Amino acid sequence: MATLTAKVPVRSQVSARARATSLLQRQGVLVALALLILFGALRYENFLSVYNIASVLRFNSMFALVALGMTFVIMSGGIDLSVGSVAAFASVIAALLSPYGFLPAIFAPVLVGLLLGFVNGWIIAKYNILPFLVTLAMLLGARGLALIFSNNRTVAASNAYGFINFGNGDVFSVPIPALIMLLAFIIGAVMLNYSRFGRHVLALGGNEDAANLMGLPVDRIKLAVYTISGGLAGLAGVILAAQFGAGQPTEGLGWELSAIASVVVGGTLLTGGLGSVGASLVGALLLGLIFNILNFENGRGFISLSAYWQSVIRGAFLLVVVILQNRLAKRREVERR
Amino acid sequence: MAADLRTDLLLQMEGITKRFPGVLALQDAHLRVGRAEVHALVGENGAGKSTMIKVLTGAYRRDNGTIIFDGRAVDFQSPQQAQANGISTIYQEINLVPLRSVSENIFMGREPLRYGLIDWKRMNYDAAAILQRFGINVDVTQPLTNLNVAVQQMVAIARAVSFQSKLVVMDEPTSSLDEREVATLFDVIRQLKREGVSVIFVSHRLDELFAVCDRVTIMRDGRTVDERPISEITKLQLVARMLGKELSEVRRSGATAFSEGVHQARQELLQAEGLRRGRVLQGADVNVRAGEIVGLAGLLGAGRSETARAIFGADSVEAGQVQMNGETVHFRSPSDAIRAGIGFSPEDRKTEGIIPYMSVRENITLALLPTLTRYGIIDRKKQDEIVLKFIERLGIKTSGPDQPIRELSGGNQQKVLLARWLCMNPKLLILDEPTRGIDVGAKGEIQTLINELADNGLGVLMISSELEELIEGADRVVVLRDGRTVAELPHQAVSQDGIMAAMAHGSEQIAPKAERGANG
Amino acid sequence: MANKAGAAGISAKVELPEQEPIASARYRGIGQTYGALIALIVLLLYNAFFTPNFLTAQTISVNLTQVATIVIVATGMTLVIATGGIDLSVGSLMAIAGALAPLIFLEKLVSIGNSAITLPLAYVVPVIVAGLFGAFNGTLITRFKIQPIIATLVLFIAGRGIAQVVTNGNLQAFNDPVFQYIGLGRPLGIPFQVILMVVIVAIVAWVMRATTFGRYVLAAGGNEAAARLAGVPVNAVKLAVYTISGLLCGIAGLIVIAINSSSDANLVGLNMELDAIAAVAVGGTPLTGGRATVVGTFIGALIMQLIRFTLLAHGVPDAAALVVKAAIILVAIYVQRQRAV
Repeated sequence: MATLTAKVPVRSQVSARARATSLLQRQGVLVALALLILFGALRYENFLSVYNIASVLRFNSMFALVALGMTFVIMSGGIDLSVGSVAAFASVIAALLSPYGFLPAIFAPVLVGLLLGFVNGWIIAKYNILPFLVTLAMLLGARGLALIFSNNRTVAASNAYGFINFGNGDVFSVPIPALIMLLAFIIGAVMLNYSRFGRHVLALGGNEDAANLMGLPVDRIKLAVYTISGGLAGLAGVILAAQFGAGQPTEGLGWELSAIASVVVGGTLLTGGLGSVGASLVGALLLGLIFNILNFENGRGFISLSAYWQSVIRGAFLLVVVILQNRLAKRREVERR
Repeated sequence: MAADLRTDLLLQMEGITKRFPGVLALQDAHLRVGRAEVHALVGENGAGKSTMIKVLTGAYRRDNGTIIFDGRAVDFQSPQQAQANGISTIYQEINLVPLRSVSENIFMGREPLRYGLIDWKRMNYDAAAILQRFGINVDVTQPLTNLNVAVQQMVAIARAVSFQSKLVVMDEPTSSLDEREVATLFDVIRQLKREGVSVIFVSHRLDELFAVCDRVTIMRDGRTVDERPISEITKLQLVARMLGKELSEVRRSGATAFSEGVHQARQELLQAEGLRRGRVLQGADVNVRAGEIVGLAGLLGAGRSETARAIFGADSVEAGQVQMNGETVHFRSPSDAIRAGIGFSPEDRKTEGIIPYMSVRENITLALLPTLTRYGIIDRKKQDEIVLKFIERLGIKTSGPDQPIRELSGGNQQKVLLARWLCMNPKLLILDEPTRGIDVGAKGEIQTLINELADNGLGVLMISSELEELIEGADRVVVLRDGRTVAELPHQAVSQDGIMAAMAHGSEQIAPKAERGANG
Repeated sequence: MANKAGAAGISAKVELPEQEPIASARYRGIGQTYGALIALIVLLLYNAFFTPNFLTAQTISVNLTQVATIVIVATGMTLVIATGGIDLSVGSLMAIAGALAPLIFLEKLVSIGNSAITLPLAYVVPVIVAGLFGAFNGTLITRFKIQPIIATLVLFIAGRGIAQVVTNGNLQAFNDPVFQYIGLGRPLGIPFQVILMVVIVAIVAWVMRATTFGRYVLAAGGNEAAARLAGVPVNAVKLAVYTISGLLCGIAGLIVIAINSSSDANLVGLNMELDAIAAVAVGGTPLTGGRATVVGTFIGALIMQLIRFTLLAHGVPDAAALVVKAAIILVAIYVQRQRAV
């Protein structure tokens, strides 16, 4: 049997190179983040102050949470456009419940998010309709629910049971939302790398037919990723309401697309089957940091870039990242040939 | 045909009937597989082999009949359930997850856990152990996509074995493998047999059946027409049973519909020299004269399709030159080549040929559109004339020009694709596996047609894996090996041995029997 | 291995027809082909009977006026989707065009002083700029091989920012009846943008049906590899559809600001990508590419508009209308969904 080995050419050399490329791809984001932080630290006095770091983390935690859910959805080969409106709806529920107790204001909106995500997943799995369209409908539907429950206006949240502290408080001088976000990402990373569910999500995104034939519970996996995404969007909504002291039915516009941008910047394949939870966090922080640096730059007084530049720069950044990733992927393909 | 339980059998399918709307796909068919037996399942297109397997694995519900597996009556609801009960199916297109690691692909769904988390170390170790049993040493942590198709196939088998499968069904497992890889697969199959596993082997390559199978079941028109040890039947008898013809008829008709005569070759049409592109093309030379059929032979991966694509401008080349009618040309895209009078019918009809949702009309005239239009507006009258003419001339069976092409049978789709090129009156036609995957009738018609076209002065470059087709059809055969032209055999010198020797060794002279004899 | 390949053509890939029962196929066929039209007729009949003053020139005119920009953008979106792509940047491109036009005719960029020059420029330049941005999308997709959803996400994010930066986020109010003719003019009593909408739909529907370009769009979306090998200039076709989408967004942007007598970069075209995609999907063009019905998109947009109108006319608040809209999209897609191939 030993001779057989020779008959089967194994291209381990190529694979090593391919792996190196993919590592570079992943670390590329990290390197970019590090460079951006370095740039800020050298240029601005208070950039690395506890206050600034805390506020960046506090403000971006909700976007990161949404991006985490989106990572799982995209890895499974789907997409969830409804996260922004689900978060808005959750923020309204949170604000409405905040006068009646801390726990209801925290958990009820998350449950609502889970439920809406479940509905997404159920329709996608059961009726086999494109996720893009199902979650597009949910985007509209959840927005409608948010407006109905809030009567078309911002709902002030009450701090009677300390709900506002949930968004603005610290534990050991770490913002609570940031703690929650970090915890969620750690759980997410363990789930992706060490649970059957995580691997099955990747398998589903990599080849749905194969996943089916391998006997994976494809429908249940889909149901789960959209439910998780909805739940995390709900949690983001709670943080939104707590941070700004109000349920905001019109917030969350375009969140889905910034979340997708974070995930893509992090190097997760939009076609599914490949991804990294940590890289999505880095991607989300990277996009958030651009805003922060813009503020500092304006603070120096030499130039005055309006906040509107933020989206232009983010867009340009996304463009550069996508083109770079594309180049890397192409080079990898050439090498394999 | 009572379903008596026979304990010597692993699988007993009796009286199987399956009806589709308008089609009786299976009619009282049976299939009996012994223990530790490699069983061939053969039949021509539409004979019901695949339906039979899908009924077995639960992908289809049967209308009638019994299935007894390992001593008890079974009624699987899904392939997953069949797998859980010891029947694994390995499909033609490998159903694994390319981006995941080898070990994950083997254990997907049953990953070993430790404290509720995946035990990567054990999983990788076990995966490597299973593969080693078949003599395959690979790094099991790398993504499957980094491995070649044969190893991927082995991973699929390893997965099946790891399920403690008692029966492994292989549906045309060799269609994308080259000879070396097929040999490896056969070693694995023999190993399976030694371990007491039975294999159902579906293939249309007769030599392979005779090389590895113990028994054969022959199907025709949804019925089982014969079942016997493979040693008790000759290839010719097998073909006769499959086609439902008398032996003498088969012998008389020859293997292909090509005429044996040499075409009247005229002036030089195409001269391609020294085509190079990456590792796949390393100096391919081909020339075709008007009115000549040139065969392009080579093993899988020898660069046949790549040569065709390079000539057609579908892939860019790094070096080499192409001349049409003595003039050097540079095709930067297929449309350049089309304008120069070249047509190219690709190997994979589904992914590169048909536009599934478009009608027969649009599929036929797609390449012709620029000449059918004025100011970008399509001349519908002219279009219909041409379409109807070719539907009739090629005998395309369709309900009409408006029928979506995806509803046509494989053979008729292929004819539509031929019509796409013929309607623009080409000088050169490149045909990549023009008769693959279509039934015998349509195959003969297409071969006859190619012949007629060459008689009328068309130059044809024909790629085929079927040596008969090349030997009987081509006026000359160019053999590629590792992306390089290694031999050019004129008609009188074309023989199976010559082509095979050139494919294997790079020259038609040397043909050491020792190396080829292993499975023959 | 002695490869004396098999005798007489035993090559066999079984391709048994996996037909479904004919009745159900026919039933679904009707749903696919005429579902949207039937829904529209039902809605019209319902309103004719139960909504007071529905069949008045004013109501009809209001509805058509409101739907015009969506239809114009959705027409471009139909072409994009037919090639298997998507254009998320449409709203941002509208905002850019909407921001540019007043800058030109209010002469904030350059002072020309002659409205005979500035007005045509105010029409043409924004539309061309939007078209160029569309071409930018197309370039990313064809040259850099970036997935359409990501490629157009770039301008979705950056495009509105550009419009805001150009105008500094300020509302530009104006009153120029000549420029605003595109939104407020009523030749023969018909709102000008309605005429524009009908003309655009008619032209594009005709192009899809009768021209090589139309065939190429469907071929590129139906099977890109095959289309390439058949000589279809796939990249040029894709570039063209995104450019057309951009141009149509430019026109829609001008209409919106003309109606409002003001341009607000924060609001022009907001959520337009969703409305347009919904109209395309409800109209029966599958998001998978290769098939398209421009008239269907028109009907789809009308359905969405009429539903909103019907609910409003019967006192259902806009918010609840959103929920209903969501349900309608799902139902429409479910009815028209293609059987798995």
